[in-house]
Amino acid sequence: MKGMDTKSLGLAGLVLLVAAGLPLVSDAYLLSIGVTIAMYTCLATSWALFSGPTHYISLATAAFFGIGTYTTGIGIEHLPYWMLLPIAGVLGAVVAALVGVATLRLSGVYFVIFTLGLAELIRQIITWGQNVSGAKGIYVLTSITEEHIYWQLLGLAALVFLGGFLIWRSRLGFAVRILGDDEDVARHAGIHTARVKVLLFMIPGAVAAITGAMLAPRYVYVEPSIAFTPMLSFQVVIMALLGGTGRLWGPVVGVIPFTLLWEAISGTFPNQTTLLLGLSFLVIVYLLPRGFVGLIEGGRARMRAGGAMA
Amino acid sequence: MSAVLSLSGATKRFGGLVAVNQLEFEVAEHEVLGLIGPNGSGKSTTLNLISGALPLTAGTISLRGSRISGLPPQDIARRGVARTFQLVKLLPSMSVLENVMAGAVFGHRRRWGEEAEAQAMAMLEKVGLARRAHAPVGELTYIDTKRVELARTLAGEPKVLLLDEWLAGLNPTELEQGIALIAALRDEGRTIILVEHVMDAIRSLCDRCVVMSSGSKIAEGTTADVLQDKAVIEAYLGADEDA
Repeated sequence: MKGMDTKSLGLAGLVLLVAAGLPLVSDAYLLSIGVTIAMYTCLATSWALFSGPTHYISLATAAFFGIGTYTTGIGIEHLPYWMLLPIAGVLGAVVAALVGVATLRLSGVYFVIFTLGLAELIRQIITWGQNVSGAKGIYVLTSITEEHIYWQLLGLAALVFLGGFLIWRSRLGFAVRILGDDEDVARHAGIHTARVKVLLFMIPGAVAAITGAMLAPRYVYVEPSIAFTPMLSFQVVIMALLGGTGRLWGPVVGVIPFTLLWEAISGTFPNQTTLLLGLSFLVIVYLLPRGFVGLIEGGRARMRAGGAMA
Repeated sequence: MSAVLSLSGATKRFGGLVAVNQLEFEVAEHEVLGLIGPNGSGKSTTLNLISGALPLTAGTISLRGSRISGLPPQDIARRGVARTFQLVKLLPSMSVLENVMAGAVFGHRRRWGEEAEAQAMAMLEKVGLARRAHAPVGELTYIDTKRVELARTLAGEPKVLLLDEWLAGLNPTELEQGIALIAALRDEGRTIILVEHVMDAIRSLCDRCVVMSSGSKIAEGTTADVLQDKAVIEAYLGADEDA
């Protein structure tokens, strides 16, 4: 067990090192895909930390992401950039905690609807604020380049993986696995289930907000419809499910092919993207209920069984 | 004889139905108390009130003098009341050992890491399931799933153990093993409340019994006395109209 842990940590470090070299060898187009992949890796992996074991499907990613984007957008005038990232993280975590306290006692369906509504609610509030103040959007003008954004996102992804790795081995991780299996058992075993869920939900809240804060300089011009787009929430869910939420590395396995596929789709059929997004969602749920993780581990188990028989 | 658990005026109403009515009883340390009565008499509801699965409508329940009624189940569990469920509830994605560790890690006496694993292993040993420790729970026979659940409740070293029809649904051989297992727990000096229908088990395991009918207590006393009681026989078999 311990040996395997060291091996997977080493492997993850190696992958990170290789990924960090991308800007040195790639052109601008490849780098922009790299940024998208790194961004969705952060979002989908942190999403799966909470939604994987609890089975609560959160559509709040866009809400947290937008909060982060606006933290940079508004804050860049007043504070140094490096201070904005932790501020965004704290804001995201606090909003997640509030949402969690209000909704995580409810059953799954209400949670899904509430989180979807949350992004819309915050978007409307900001739009209203802009109507009152008369400003349409905000310009985020910095000297931060695409390479910088890419490296920052990669660093964040590394933190998410390390955090997930540590949580998985902690009491909190064990508690969330138990309550994901059976909440009644968890409560009667002595687990404060509401607290566990709120604590864990703060992670995707913070990570999505920091991701949004990192990406704001890339947009240059930030307005609510970009920062709070519901498409983002759905894409994160689809990628995480495509990869599989049963393992920490699962979502990445979904993020990479889906980003490439999406790049091709939005290039070829720019007007049908929403339709194709819906179709791909159906295909994944029907054909790959446990994602690529399920496929890979199923294949491994069959190979082992075959080997044993031979 | 000091009371570990005491119920006073415990009442549960579901709308107009009074499921448990002004129930009073105490359980002493090292005592095995049988909670018996015909179907629908409120025994399982009473266990649910004690474990916090259901809130009381009125009355109080105390553990060693401090009130536990009104607390959520996780707090009651931490204070030392552990239970099994009438329909066995296991954690399907986990191994037998991890199921039992859930009790060891989060129960009354909390452990972590190797200590929790050793405790869980010791409990599996006690219920006779150590050799299946690494099996997935889906592969277990019915009685073995019950053993896992029992080991999970024991793992947190609770002060009071609530067993909700733990012997129900077992075949004659398994029943013998099951009774022997609970007898072993009794001999260790554990405090147990047993909701049970199996008469042989009640006779051989319980020091005292509380008999319920239609939500109320109709008799209480040593097992032998209670099973001779006229009101109890009537509750189980119906009134003998010729008498």
